[in-house]
Amino acid sequence: MARIDLVDLAHSYGGNDAPQDSFALKPVTMTWRQGGAYALLGPSGCGKTTLLNVISGIITPSRGKILFDGEDITPLSTQKRNIAQVFQFPVIYDTMTVGQNLAFPLKNRGVPKVEIDKRVAEIGRLLDLEPYLNRKATRLTADAKQKISLGRGLVRSDVAAVLFDEPLTVIDPELKWQLRSKLKALHRELDLTMIYVTHDQTEALTFADTVVVMHDGRVVQSGTPAELFDKPAHTFVGYFIGSPGMNILPAEVRGREARIGGHVIALNRSYDKLPDGAKIEIGVRPEFVEAVAPAPGLLSAKIERVDDLGRIRFARARLGDAKLAARAPAGFTSPDGTAGLKFDPSHVHVYVDSLLVEGAA
Amino acid sequence: MDKTVNQKAWFLVLPVFLVVAFSAVLPLMTVVNYSMQDTFGNNQFFWNGVGWFKELLDPSTDLGGRFLASLGRNLFFSLVILAIEVPLGIVVALSMPRQGWTVAACLVILALPLLIPWNVVGTIWQIFGRPDIGLLGYVLNAIGIDYNYVSNEIDAWVTVIVMDVWHWTSLVALLCYAGLKSIPEAYYQAAQIDGASRWAVFKAIQLPKMNRVLLIAVLLRFMDSFMIYTEPFVVTGGGPGNSTTFVSIELVKIALGQFDLGKAAALSLVYNLIILIVCWIFYTVMTNAGAERKPQEGAA
Repeated sequence: MARIDLVDLAHSYGGNDAPQDSFALKPVTMTWRQGGAYALLGPSGCGKTTLLNVISGIITPSRGKILFDGEDITPLSTQKRNIAQVFQFPVIYDTMTVGQNLAFPLKNRGVPKVEIDKRVAEIGRLLDLEPYLNRKATRLTADAKQKISLGRGLVRSDVAAVLFDEPLTVIDPELKWQLRSKLKALHRELDLTMIYVTHDQTEALTFADTVVVMHDGRVVQSGTPAELFDKPAHTFVGYFIGSPGMNILPAEVRGREARIGGHVIALNRSYDKLPDGAKIEIGVRPEFVEAVAPAPGLLSAKIERVDDLGRIRFARARLGDAKLAARAPAGFTSPDGTAGLKFDPSHVHVYVDSLLVEGAA
Repeated sequence: MDKTVNQKAWFLVLPVFLVVAFSAVLPLMTVVNYSMQDTFGNNQFFWNGVGWFKELLDPSTDLGGRFLASLGRNLFFSLVILAIEVPLGIVVALSMPRQGWTVAACLVILALPLLIPWNVVGTIWQIFGRPDIGLLGYVLNAIGIDYNYVSNEIDAWVTVIVMDVWHWTSLVALLCYAGLKSIPEAYYQAAQIDGASRWAVFKAIQLPKMNRVLLIAVLLRFMDSFMIYTEPFVVTGGGPGNSTTFVSIELVKIALGQFDLGKAAALSLVYNLIILIVCWIFYTVMTNAGAERKPQEGAA
């Protein structure tokens, strides 16, 4: 059990001299607190697996340090770090029984037999693997195998953190939910730091109390699901989290007003001195834009279609070249294909070069 | 289901049937025919029934003695080369690089011995081992080891075995290498995290993942070494004495040397039968090992 600090950590598969743009993991400094449930979220190729492998020691970082409870463990090999990792595909030692699989990490570390048996029985019980302990592991289904992989991580009582690298990829959808709630329960019971890599936002938001969003080798935001939803720090977060994603519209912003094509949208805060020549955009979640009948003073848009998601409907609209989604209240229809858009000023954010800018009150 | 009855289909099968008959069935039947008769040349044959087969399996007769002795030598030879080539092949495969240009270089070097024709391999070692002009024989004698495969039985055996190991270990190594390459990287990473030593990784991951290819390697090498003829014939000619006379060499001696067609036919049938049985055993073992691997439904 430990707090994990990353200090100016970066990794390039092309070596340290490669241009920084090509780094798989761009310099990052952050802290993972003891006992936290983290999700590392991002699209394929954003560097999340690299970051995970750097923490577990499979990859030695090109630069920077990793501290466990303040102690520098960067040069230590994977074997010497107290880290457990569960991979995308279940890893099972074919010739062993389920019990022997679970005992393997302890046996390798020379733990006494009595202690091993006790831990294996305990983990078997936690993961509902008890009936299979004496069976050959090869004959089990994918989700049971993935549980064994997980069990091999948990069986060591001294693990600092358990890392998951998209562990539910090969599991049937119905079992995914079960296994994920099992993980949450284990997290509460064992008070372990867990870091869960995924590209699926539902998986991330349901599992984690802190979601770390990565984009293009960079950590762009780290916060609770609510923070990511309400205040995306980067347009990518706004777009990636939420379904449909945040509307990002190019605009001119001055004071408490944003202008889109000559139309004024009120802002809750005041934005002065925005840099010249930068890319200025406003971002607003579809939940906070309402599509209503066209009226003077409202921004008008062409409605392309209305998606009915059951408890909520979203109108897909077009505004010049930009596309956006807006909440369609009950009874909303658009006979002539146009609608007025009502923005909720407290949820309209301003982005300069894709980064969130906090205005003055 | 309605089936169209069309006897014309037999005409389509007929060509294949004829080809197989002429290429396999008829020659085999000729051998069966010979094995029941005795000949004194001049194309005169006398009925002998199962006489040759009885003699073949009776060690007190000349034919039986020679057959069983050569069979014993053959089995011993196969066991020895398997005991050397399989572990050696595994070690070679494990120490091969996994990426980079060296992989291609290693593969080419390993494949070279496999590409050399059998009798050329024999000739290479026949010359290589000669005490007067061969590099190996000359050097061994020069440093004080009395080595002469023509006159010393043990030297002859060592030469034949080393030659086979030189020729065929590559095959085992290449098969093992293919098996190793198919192991996903995650297994090694998981083993690292589980704190496994090099030996534990070998025992828990590499060996189990290789056992399919190892079975194939053992099967191929066993069959091949059991049928070996050319290389020992070129190097030792079966000598000194009869010490390196394997079954196939004995067979050729009887059939073409003594022109005892009946004895030779009986011997070749029994020889063939042994190979078929061993093949069948291996096949059964392999398919069973494969079936055991399939995951069962509802196990979780």
